[in-house]
Amino acid sequence: MSTAIPLVTVQAPRGGRAVGLLRGTGAAGIASAAVILAATVVAVVGPALAPFSPTLPNLALAFVGPTGAHLFGFDYEGRDVLSRLLAGAQSSMLGPLAVVIGALVIGTLLAVIAAWRRGMVDAVISSSLDILFAFPGILLAVLAAAVFGAGLPAASISLAIAYMPYVARVLRGAALKERSQPYVAALEVQGASATSICLRHIVPNVMPLIVAQATILFGYAMVDLAAISFLGLGVQPPAANWGVMISENQVGIPQGYPLPALAAGACIVAIVIAFNVLGERLFEQAQGAR
Amino acid sequence: MSETKGRGAARTGERGTSDEGRRRSEAGMGRWVGPGSREASTAPLLEVDGLTVRLRVEGAQRAVLRDVSLAVRPGEALGLVGESGSGKSMTARAIDRLLPRGAEVSGQIRFDGADVMTLAGAGLRGYRNGVAMIFQDPRAHVNPVRRIGDFMTEALRTNLDVPAGEAYRRAADMLGQVGIDDGERRLRQYPHELSGGMLQRVMIAAALLTEPKLLLADEPTTALDVTTQAEVMAILDDLRREFGLAMLFITHDLELAAAICDRTAVMYAGQIVEVRESALLHDDPLHPYTAALAAARPDIAQTAHRLAAIPGRPLSAFEAPEDECAFAPRCPHARDICREATPELIGLDGGLSRCARAADLRGRLRPELAEGGQSDD
Amino acid sequence: MRLAFLGRRLAMLVASLLVASFVIFGALYLAPGNPIAALSGGRSLPPSSLKVLEARYHLNQPFLTQYWYWLDNALHGNLGISITLRENVTTLIASRVWTTAGLVLYASLIILVLGIGMGVLAGLRPGLLDTSVLVSSAISAAIPSFVAAIVLISLFAVKLRWFPALGNGSDFVSNLRHFTLPAVALALSSLAIVARVTRAAIREEADREHVQTAISRGIPRRQLVRRHILRNAAIPITTVSGITIASLIAVAAVVETAFSLNGLGAYLVASAQDKDLAVVQGISLVLVSAFVVINMAVDLAYAVLDPRVALGSRAA
Repeated sequence: MSTAIPLVTVQAPRGGRAVGLLRGTGAAGIASAAVILAATVVAVVGPALAPFSPTLPNLALAFVGPTGAHLFGFDYEGRDVLSRLLAGAQSSMLGPLAVVIGALVIGTLLAVIAAWRRGMVDAVISSSLDILFAFPGILLAVLAAAVFGAGLPAASISLAIAYMPYVARVLRGAALKERSQPYVAALEVQGASATSICLRHIVPNVMPLIVAQATILFGYAMVDLAAISFLGLGVQPPAANWGVMISENQVGIPQGYPLPALAAGACIVAIVIAFNVLGERLFEQAQGAR
Repeated sequence: MSETKGRGAARTGERGTSDEGRRRSEAGMGRWVGPGSREASTAPLLEVDGLTVRLRVEGAQRAVLRDVSLAVRPGEALGLVGESGSGKSMTARAIDRLLPRGAEVSGQIRFDGADVMTLAGAGLRGYRNGVAMIFQDPRAHVNPVRRIGDFMTEALRTNLDVPAGEAYRRAADMLGQVGIDDGERRLRQYPHELSGGMLQRVMIAAALLTEPKLLLADEPTTALDVTTQAEVMAILDDLRREFGLAMLFITHDLELAAAICDRTAVMYAGQIVEVRESALLHDDPLHPYTAALAAARPDIAQTAHRLAAIPGRPLSAFEAPEDECAFAPRCPHARDICREATPELIGLDGGLSRCARAADLRGRLRPELAEGGQSDD
Repeated sequence: MRLAFLGRRLAMLVASLLVASFVIFGALYLAPGNPIAALSGGRSLPPSSLKVLEARYHLNQPFLTQYWYWLDNALHGNLGISITLRENVTTLIASRVWTTAGLVLYASLIILVLGIGMGVLAGLRPGLLDTSVLVSSAISAAIPSFVAAIVLISLFAVKLRWFPALGNGSDFVSNLRHFTLPAVALALSSLAIVARVTRAAIREEADREHVQTAISRGIPRRQLVRRHILRNAAIPITTVSGITIASLIAVAAVVETAFSLNGLGAYLVASAQDKDLAVVQGISLVLVSAFVVINMAVDLAYAVLDPRVALGSRAA
């Protein structure tokens, strides 16, 4: 009644910037990001940071408690726990990274294709994904270990395949919404190709959701991979890995030496909490922006 | 104005209305020339007195309603018109005690003499039976996982202890009254199986089942498409008159309110700025804002070379300055006196106006003159 | 229209199971080397044993025929022979399945009772209870089951000696004692997730407009909560609970290993390490089937609870 008609410019909305995203997550989100950053740094330079050898056994020192520079004492083979924790950060963080990248890339690709083509293509992709949901990650990893032998690569690939449907489902919904926005129709009319619209507009606009998914997924991947290593089907001892450390030091618990195992467990929990908190906040932001 | 005639015709022609209703609509475009035009011969059913409501907005307690006063007599329909943010919906919610937690309320609301804000227990339940609210978006306001019959009879069975069989029978009857055939089958259906218009009729029917004395209709047709709007409005209006109910009708559409209601109140920035008999509101408004609203609506009978708009944008109560007239920045008639203090509601010619210059501007606020934003007085 | 939904879901179930079984069977061929090498798990076997393997698995027949034989056998309860223990895989599974089932059931009970219970309380009453549930669930959700296992063992089994640390029990009561810590370890992170989702669902429903309608009609609080908030929130709560419980099937393997329980999961892991492919395939088939069936049950529950569902998938 009282407003003049505004001039409508057809313009694709801009995606969020990284810093802006982070600032919107609040104190908890920023704290979590800090923890993750620290963990990443350790993962990259870990083995160099370790004051003592993470792999050389010295059975005489087995399960000796914390003394001096040995903040967490010694593990079941007499190795310095702190050093082993620092060295273990690498495989404990690298594996999940590979899983997340794999699941995201394939999942996003399938989601965007399904959302863009719709119709038959969408039905086929969605049904196939629905069927893939039948495999829990750990089960697939165990199967892979039985077939290909235990190890981080096989486990990581299995998890990526198992996670991919979840990513695809969430992103498909978002991509569908984006697809039906007027600006997409406008671009199509202007003659832009499907690939360019998808890559330069749809994907950047669902990017906040992708980032949120990636963060949450990292936490899950970390837990699952540590579990697989714990089972002896992932990273193999004597390589340093937090999941392996829990498994091999478990014998110390009934004997009254829980610290090595608990320390490794604490590392996992701390980082997973950070990823969960950050991921949840990012997710809320991504939803809010829609 | 031709639309109201059309609506009237649709009303009488479409579905059998009561004789009373037909007579009244033939009398003069459906306007009820009754107690509303006579002063205070019947005690008001609903009285709102100096209602101020503060809500927590962005960290601070801000006013969304400021000193709102109105009265509705039994059987009378009062329109409440305003743009978004004017506080009209909030007024209805305050009356129905549906304000969010943490809302600060001052002032009084009296229904049938009782203080509404202090009601509790059986008194509150009785109040809720006596006042029925019809909401804007029926699809959001009806529980999607329960059947229509359950929705309609819930209040009857719970509060009024009506046995289920009897309740369902009444519900089916009422569905017939709102123009839904095959009531029994509809009662077994789920909300998603009905269209928006039908669902709103169901909502109206459900509201009437508890035999309330006052209807609070919060933009009941805004969420519907235009054709359905007319139908639902007709039903609402007819049934209201048939049952002799009072109604507070909230809308952003000045003309719609004028067509249905005996009197109309206009709200701006959380305050009542004008109350007037509907017949006079359009042609002889007492407040510049009302004139501007009326002028801004394009007239189908005339060619406008430029759509009239009120410069600026509508304010919410908490954005409005406390010590001057809230509309002054956008008002073509504003003078220094308007910025000295918030104007009081003054009585003028049987209506009320919150304009400091109301007496001055008397008779000069016709819609045609409000165009262009220039004023030479 | 509900029947069409049912039919579609059943078709999905069968398709999922078929594809899953195909993948499980096909793993044989994905393994490096030839199928014989995979089946023998890298052991060197006498020629007579090799001949037996060849005959049993119809290795000289085309791939799809082999698959058909294997599937047909599986459906009739014959899952092959363990290369390490020389026993029927089916027998080996049967003796361990109740351990896993019992563990998963126990954990499910904990999740449903505590998780939903806390979530409902936190959702309906803002305040201290709500905040404490929120914080504790944020932390618990991040604790993997094996970490929970070692913490529980070191605290309750070693230090406090309330529960035994390892192994199965002998009768029902001792089983309860032996399974409590594992069940808690298994349930912990899922409990947290269910509590959070329940709380969020209750909060969201309580804010919905149709609840306002009911309030404006003077429906008493208790009835309001039951008929409008809980009933509506039941949809997402059931879905999440179902999915979480289904996921327990896989994670049980980790908990069984940590507590040295003689269940299917632990046996699966051990067989994978031993490269006893027949056992791995057999157990995988059983676990995946259970997983798919539970997920299907969740879908059905969703359709029952939400009348808007005619066709289409869970996440519309």
